[in-house]
Amino acid sequence: MDVSAAFSAAIDLIIGLDPGFLGIVRLSLGVTLSAVLIAAIIGLPLGALLALSRFPGRGGVIVFVNAMMGLPPVVAGLVIFLLLSRSGPIGFLGLLFSPSAMVLAQAVLVLPIIVAITRQLTENLHGEYREHLASVGLTGFRAIPTLLWDGRFALATAILAGFGRASAEVGAVLIVGGNIAGYTRTMTTAIALETSKGDLPLALGLGLVLILLTLVINAVTYGASRAGARFAG
Amino acid sequence: MRETTSILPLSAEDLSFEAGGKLLVSQLRFAIQRGGLTALLGPNGSGKSLTLRLCHGLIRPSAGRVAWGAEKGVLAGVKRHAMVFQKPVMLRRSARANIVHALAAAGVARAERQERAVAALARFGLDALSENPARLLSGGEQQRLAIARAWSLRPELLFLDEPCSQLDPGATRQIEEMLAALKAEGVTLVMATHDMAQARRIADRVLFLHRGRLVEDSPAASFFTAPASAEARAFIAGELLW
Repeated sequence: MDVSAAFSAAIDLIIGLDPGFLGIVRLSLGVTLSAVLIAAIIGLPLGALLALSRFPGRGGVIVFVNAMMGLPPVVAGLVIFLLLSRSGPIGFLGLLFSPSAMVLAQAVLVLPIIVAITRQLTENLHGEYREHLASVGLTGFRAIPTLLWDGRFALATAILAGFGRASAEVGAVLIVGGNIAGYTRTMTTAIALETSKGDLPLALGLGLVLILLTLVINAVTYGASRAGARFAG
Repeated sequence: MRETTSILPLSAEDLSFEAGGKLLVSQLRFAIQRGGLTALLGPNGSGKSLTLRLCHGLIRPSAGRVAWGAEKGVLAGVKRHAMVFQKPVMLRRSARANIVHALAAAGVARAERQERAVAALARFGLDALSENPARLLSGGEQQRLAIARAWSLRPELLFLDEPCSQLDPGATRQIEEMLAALKAEGVTLVMATHDMAQARRIADRVLFLHRGRLVEDSPAASFFTAPASAEARAFIAGELLW
């Protein structure tokens, strides 16, 4: 099959809303959105706490979190695999090769991004707001809700960056999900498999969806920063 | 026991502040009674801003203490002193939301916040700017909003740190008119300034600081006509003093 024929077959898959194709897209989005949601719920307050707290070794923690932003997905996958494998510490949960395992692995990948960016943003904002907030009685950690709310547009960008990373990665979901058709096969793992099998239409179709997704993420990011500029002055 | 009805007088009792081995504020003793505008006057680096921060409780003194007529300047659970900064701190929200936020932080009941915010905006002619993002207001409007925000907290005593130093003459005049109105309302004002002309226009009393020390404490009229200290005379004459 030549590339142009594969391409038109790919378009047919998308336009025809092929059920197998849609299932993969749906699972991918479900896994990534869940992972980002979990990472945001944990990461936003954690980043703000790290920004406002002072303790010995804080610098080391910040360097570690920043470094983890570059954690290779396959390594994150390996770590979660070891944790979830039958002999691992949480192997009894029986989560390995399930969508839950993939959510967990991607949350681990996204968490450092959200914590690191939140920490930096909150710290900068706190530097600017600290005296006024203390003056009206919001000292210490009581300043956190105000700082997160006022950083909302920039923080949205951090969350979208995390979403971008998770939706594009293949290593972690492949290792802990196992690429089981109809159960843990995501867009990225399907592309890797179908390309090597020679099923180019499915790979290309999923590739197009991924590119579209990236475009949407960037459009929303741009919108968020524009909206933020309205308030940031 | 006598019922406490005011957080005043405020007394600085041998107030000192040290940082990096340097004594920046040294053994200040003064009292602020109810009413009037007291100017903390002095050149840059004389400790005016630090003194305000010490009194407002933003920083802790290295020695001495700040005593209030009511513990910590809190009356019936409400902090009754507020502060306006040199560079107004504007939250990334609308003008009205900035006031609502301060009221919420101060523990004002939800139902009352909007009402008081609207009243504060109207009181200082900011109603037309109510929904504008606060950070996009002009410098003068931001400082007026900062004062309106502080006023909404119903302080007995308002600290102001060089509130006009970054403003043009027109905006400065508006702020000075606001301060005169607040004074007429019975709010006690303590303002740091290095602007002698401004102190002469609006101050009732001058605390003259030099190198962290209180050099002179006089009624404004006599301070400007017959300063008692050599430092104050040099400052008024415009001779370089640091």
